[in-house]
Amino acid sequence: MTSPRYSIFSLARNALGYHRSWSRAWRSPEPQPSYDVVIVGGGGHGLATAYYLAREHDAGSIAVLEKGWLGGGNTGRNTTIIRSNYLWDESAHLYEKSLKLYEGLSRELNFNIMLSQRGVLNLAHNEHDLKELSRRVRAIRLNGIDSEVLDPAGVKAEVPIVNTSPDVRYPILGASIQRRGGIARHDAVAWGFARAADARGVDIVQNCEVTGIDVSGGRVTGLRTSRGRIAANKVGLVAAGHSSVLAAMAGLRLPIESHTLQAMVSEPIKPILHGVVMSNAVHVYVSQSDKGELVIGAGMDGYNSYSQRGSFQIVEGQMGALVELFPIFSRLRMLRQWGGIVDVCPDASPIVGKTPVDGLYINCGWGTGGFKATPGSGWAFAHTIAQDRPHALNAPFALERFASGALIDEHGAAAVAH
Amino acid sequence: MLLIPCPWCGERDESEFACGGEAHIARPPDPDALNDAEWADYLFMRTNPKGSQRERWCHTHGCGRWFNVERDTVTHRILSVYRMGEPPPKDAP
Ligand SMILES: Cc1cc2nc3c(=O)[nH]c(=O)nc-3n(C[C@H](O)[C@H](O)[C@H](O)COP(=O)(O)OP(=O)(O)OC[C@H]3O[C@@H](n4cnc5c(N)ncnc54)[C@H](O)[C@@H]3O)c2cc1C
Ligand SMILES: [Zn+2]
Repeated sequence: MTSPRYSIFSLARNALGYHRSWSRAWRSPEPQPSYDVVIVGGGGHGLATAYYLAREHDAGSIAVLEKGWLGGGNTGRNTTIIRSNYLWDESAHLYEKSLKLYEGLSRELNFNIMLSQRGVLNLAHNEHDLKELSRRVRAIRLNGIDSEVLDPAGVKAEVPIVNTSPDVRYPILGASIQRRGGIARHDAVAWGFARAADARGVDIVQNCEVTGIDVSGGRVTGLRTSRGRIAANKVGLVAAGHSSVLAAMAGLRLPIESHTLQAMVSEPIKPILHGVVMSNAVHVYVSQSDKGELVIGAGMDGYNSYSQRGSFQIVEGQMGALVELFPIFSRLRMLRQWGGIVDVCPDASPIVGKTPVDGLYINCGWGTGGFKATPGSGWAFAHTIAQDRPHALNAPFALERFASGALIDEHGAAAVAH
Repeated sequence: MLLIPCPWCGERDESEFACGGEAHIARPPDPDALNDAEWADYLFMRTNPKGSQRERWCHTHGCGRWFNVERDTVTHRILSVYRMGEPPPKDAP
């Protein structure tokens, strides 16, 4: 293994030099007039795609175009929960591939992504929840993925501060737990992939907005951008909330709606909550960051939006649910609140594959839950672009499933919001 | 929070309403005549515009009636409101 680029020693050495001589993590090149592959969108999925293209395939010259800054979209706005406890085989395999890649990612990228496998609990508040959750746990285990059912005493043992009293409005009747689930540092995932992709020759171009897609004779030929025209043999669209806007540039329609999903953090407090706790029924989920802040999310706003600004009643409902589950947090102050634009699909599953335009590929629809899928999605999408056909892992997630009817309904496992 | 002018009740808080998504998606008169791609387009494909969108809302916790709203999806500004069955106002400002 190569020695870490960032360590206590490099920190001390650079502190002595007043932090003036840190080397850049990646170059900031001018875009070239043409590339073999251009990835649109410099979030985690786009950067991971570029990295695996450069590392595992003979794909030629590669660029990532990002209209803002790296990870400034949902990658830098999410609540970083990682797990692979999905119901259907197709999803289980894809999300588990991703979790496995996450487990080795700090080493692979030589960048500490601070993966913390502290366990993810999904609570059940009524008999139906409990049956559904038990069914899911069994399906997950049949796929060789760790998952257990806890009774209320088991929940209490995992999370002593949660209110398991039977006489509340939504009593806790049990939970599922995936112990390999947890959280990671979102910025580090974007930066780690960016640095590693750049080191393999990928041009990462920020402040470069794609404004048009040139298609000729049913084939993509290039992109129009705020920094000029860029010719490309292959283009991968990985633009999350803006996927419909980009697809429309190539004359395509997607089964996607863009909605605001909000999250917030509290003031930092001493370590009090170890695992991640999610509740589908009362609509809140929470974990405690290493800085001590509670990171809290809820459901998404009910109408289409590209504003990155959410509605107040969602915040109110989310706080009510938090205090219902954890009365101890009732006097905690909230520090920051923000929103991202999530791309939701009718079956709560992503679209990763080819499009009717030759050379144009799309990776979107991860909606409220794609952070956990970042490495696996990039890995499978890189294969799809390089080989011009999907990998077995992402073949079921083709755009054609909406015409064939082979939907992958994951509304249950997608949980509150991811 | 949006203030939504219900055509029957006047301006009320967004929390009284439910959004029913893109408006004016007409059910094909002869579904049997459609191929799978056309049926998928009707069922699942959405315009999802960045900017002005016409959508359906229901005043669920009020009069319970459906109506149409034209709203900007970036600024959330409501550009016009009109009843079910009425044609959309000519491109509002
Ligand atoms: C509040 C919130 C909480 C979430 N919580 C979780 C969670 O706990 N666990 C989980 O697994 N997932 C979660 N998610 C979902 C997760 O964040 C996303 O699914 C995932 O990060 C998507 O990554 P991405 O790289 O596809 O998209 P993004 O990071 O959004 O990247 C897309 C990029 O494309 C760029 N772009 C758009 N248009 C153009 C253009 N025309 N030209 C050039 N670039 C363009 C954007 O600027 C953006 O940087 C959450 C999301 C939100 C908003
Ligand atoms: Zn009304």
